[in-house]
Formats: sequence, C-alpha cells, structure tokens
Amino acid sequence: MFDDFFIRALVAGIGVAFVTGPLGCFVVWRRLSYFGDTLAHSALLGVTMAYSFELNIAVSVFIISSVIALILIQLQKKTNLPGDALLGLLAHSSLAVGLVVIGFLTFIRFDIMGLLFGDILAVTIDDLLIIWIGGGLILLVLKLIWKPLFASTVNYELAEAEGLNPDRAKAIFTILMAAIIAISIKMVGLLLITGMLIIPAAMARNISDNPRKMIIFSIIGGLLSVIIGLFSSLEFNSPSGPSIITASLILFILSLLKIKQSMHLKN
Amino acid sequence: MSIDKNILVKLKDAGFRQNDKWLVKGVSLVVEKGKIVTLIGPNGSGKSTTAKIALGIYKKIDGEVEKYTNKVGYVPQKVSIDWTLPLRVSDFMVLTENLKDEAINEALSLTGVEHLKNKNLGNLSGGEFQRVLLARAISKKPELLVLDEPVQGVDFTGEIALYELIKKISEELNCGILLISHDLHTVMSATDHVVCLNGHVCCSGSPIDVAKNKEYKVLFGEQASQTLSIYEHKHDHVHSHEGDIKKN
Repeated sequence: MFDDFFIRALVAGIGVAFVTGPLGCFVVWRRLSYFGDTLAHSALLGVTMAYSFELNIAVSVFIISSVIALILIQLQKKTNLPGDALLGLLAHSSLAVGLVVIGFLTFIRFDIMGLLFGDILAVTIDDLLIIWIGGGLILLVLKLIWKPLFASTVNYELAEAEGLNPDRAKAIFTILMAAIIAISIKMVGLLLITGMLIIPAAMARNISDNPRKMIIFSIIGGLLSVIIGLFSSLEFNSPSGPSIITASLILFILSLLKIKQSMHLKN
Repeated sequence: MSIDKNILVKLKDAGFRQNDKWLVKGVSLVVEKGKIVTLIGPNGSGKSTTAKIALGIYKKIDGEVEKYTNKVGYVPQKVSIDWTLPLRVSDFMVLTENLKDEAINEALSLTGVEHLKNKNLGNLSGGEFQRVLLARAISKKPELLVLDEPVQGVDFTGEIALYELIKKISEELNCGILLISHDLHTVMSATDHVVCLNGHVCCSGSPIDVAKNKEYKVLFGEQASQTLSIYEHKHDHVHSHEGDIKKN
C-alpha cells in the first residue's frame, strides 16, 4: 500500500499533524512563532550537513536546530539585544550560510524548491518510520513534561514556587521544537513549517474555551489541512507545503465566523 | 541544619541584586508551622523580592535560604492571563497539582467563588480573580503559604472575611504563612511576627514591638504607629469561628 507515493505522503502528513497540533498550541501560547521560524531556517544548514557527511536528513537537521537553539539561549544571556533581533540574526544568517554551502557542494544536485516548500514525491518509507516513531516520542515526552510546561506557560513564578522545575521543562520543549522541525521538513518545507504549527492552533483558539479543546481542535485542523492540501496538490499539481498551509488558512478564516457569532451572543 | 521541625523556611542575611542594584538586603526571618509572618513596608521596599527569595524563585542570591517543604501555595502579586490561552477557573485550579473535583469545589466555596468554576479566567473581575488565586493556593493544602497582597481589589467586607479565612487556614492546616500587605490595620490582628522592610529590615518583632519602634514611626508616620498599638491594646479577646468572643 505504501508503494503509492500519494499514500506515503498522506500517512506522513497525518503523522506530522498529530504532533504539530499540540506543539503548535504551545508555540502560540508561549509566543514562540519567530523562534520556530529561526529553527526552521537553520534547518537548511542541517540539510547541507546531511549531504556533506552522508547523514540522515532528519537527524542532522535535528542536531543543527538544537545547536542553534543553544546558541540563541547563550546570546540572550550574554548580550543586551532584544529577542527578536537575535532571532532574526540567527534565522537569516543560518539560512544564508546554508545557501552558500550549497553553492560549494557542486557535486550534488539540490532540489531547493523541495527543501523550501516541501515535496510529497520525496517521502520514502524510511521517512514514514522517522515521522511516526519520532512523532510518537515527541508526544510521549510532551505528555511527561505537560504539568510543568503548561503551568509555567500560564505563570512562570507560580510553577517555580510550587516546585515544578519550569526551566527543565522549557529546555526539553526547545528540543522537541527542533525535533518536530526535523521530522516535518520534507513534508512542509522549511519556510512553511511554522505555519503548520501556528495556523491550526490559531484556528483552534477561535473555537475553544479551554486548553484541552484547543489542542484537540488544533490536531483536527492540522489533519484536515494535510488531507485537503495533499488532495488539491495532486489535483492542481501545486507544491505540497503551500497547499497544506493554504488549506489551514481557509480553516482559520472559517473559524473567524465562530468568533463573530460568539461576540454577537455576548452583546 | 534545622533542628526545629516546625521551621518551614529560614532566611539568613538574604539579599537579591538585579543589574547591580540591591532590591533587598540583609533579611533574616523564619516562618514556622501555624505561624503568620507579615512583611510590611513602602512600595519598592523589597517585600515581593523577599517572598520570591523565600520561595526559591530567585536563585542567585546573597546569604542563605533554607526551605524545608515542597508543599507550597503561592499567590503572586501580579498574574496576567494571556488571551491566547483559553483557561477556565477549573483548569487554573489544577495548574500545579491534580485535585479531585470535591477539593476544587471546597476551596472555591471557602473564598466565595464556587459559582465561577466554569467561567473563563479572562472574564473575572479583579476581586473575583484574587479570590480564585487564593482558592488555588489553599486547595492543595500546603505546608507553606506565601500570599503577596492576597486581597487587592477585593471589596471591604470581602477583605475582612478573607483575612479571617487566612487566619483560620493557618490554624486548621497548621501551615506557616508569609503574608505581604499594605493594610496594617487588618493584618496586625492575625500576625504573630512582623518584619518591616525598607530595602533592608528596619525592625521586626511582635506587632506591638514594631509599632513602638522608632524607625517604624519614621517610615509609616505616627498615626500608623497608633493604629497598631491601639489594635494591640484591644487584643484581649479572640473570636472563635462561630463568632462568639473568648477572653484571653
């Protein structure tokens, strides 16, 4: 059944959506969308490293993204620059360095568009294994750190005072971010991964009144986006990543109707 | 090392510095089981900082902190809930510890906000939110309660009721309370030990000792001092929970 490239893409996308749903909610709640972007941009460097040293792409993207996250934390501690400036600095310089390195690697043919925007044709059986096993691990770890992570998202000092160790949860969450980017880069492409994290979660926010609901709706939104996006990609021969993100945008716009409704009810 | 098992948290000459500026310095105090320690002092005198040192929120501190319990309930001075996070009162109640439904209801009804259980936190008034914060802190039956201006924004009758509740909780749970308040009048009735701060410890002791202290008079004025001593003089009886008066 996995012989069909489209089935593979669908199974991969569904696996990714299960993980980006809950992770995306935390990205929205903790205001980490630029952080996600930065990690995703640095993924290009990870890809070049994979080709240069013949490593698995997901593994080397994960390593590079984690390193960039660590560098960011150090820069935040040691400089007085605002967070968004540091994020921009790291995002664009790692993207630029990645592109320069690609220029040197003349012996390899790169599908730049595929890297930036995702390529369903490129999903292999190995990728499926990485997505589902890696994704399962990400969700498992997220469940384990749920209490301290969520409590410190609401209020850091409460979590710290009442003995939940929020700093450790935050560090682990950063690694999870690097991991989701690593496993979803082939599907959505590095320019659009953050969209996959944020847009379904933002959609879910519009129609939820508690955190649990928001996570469930975020997962459902992601799944629908993947399914609609991939089918339309097949139909119109559009790149997979942008098609998925466009589908999620349409869902977001529909969710705005619900907000309008509930505001009418309030008044 | 603590030999006294009643000690919950002990600060020894503790201080905290941020950007080369001392927020508070040289604070020594002890919170024991069943006792209420109150921090008073003007704005910016380091009351909240001292509380955060005691709680272990600030880690790079001067001096020593010894904390002997992990069962802590905290009401911070400021909590802002972001709109991006949909949160009902019932979700907030189980933020740091999973509780049974009955325990949630009990705590909420103690602070008079049981009817708000399914409301969104963002839709509460300041006073209602404060009551929810207090309910959350006591719901886990902590050994140490740290209350940073717990009744701000609560209406006057509610304020008195909440202070009575705080006193009752300290007796019933035998927990130690570190209380920060501006309201000298109400606070002094329940306090065992007062620490008067102004960047450092001005004076400390029983409410009556502090009221007599010269530095305290300088800091709060003669009137505050009288308020305090008047109160202490009245203190020849106690109110039981049923509301009748017992002579000491």
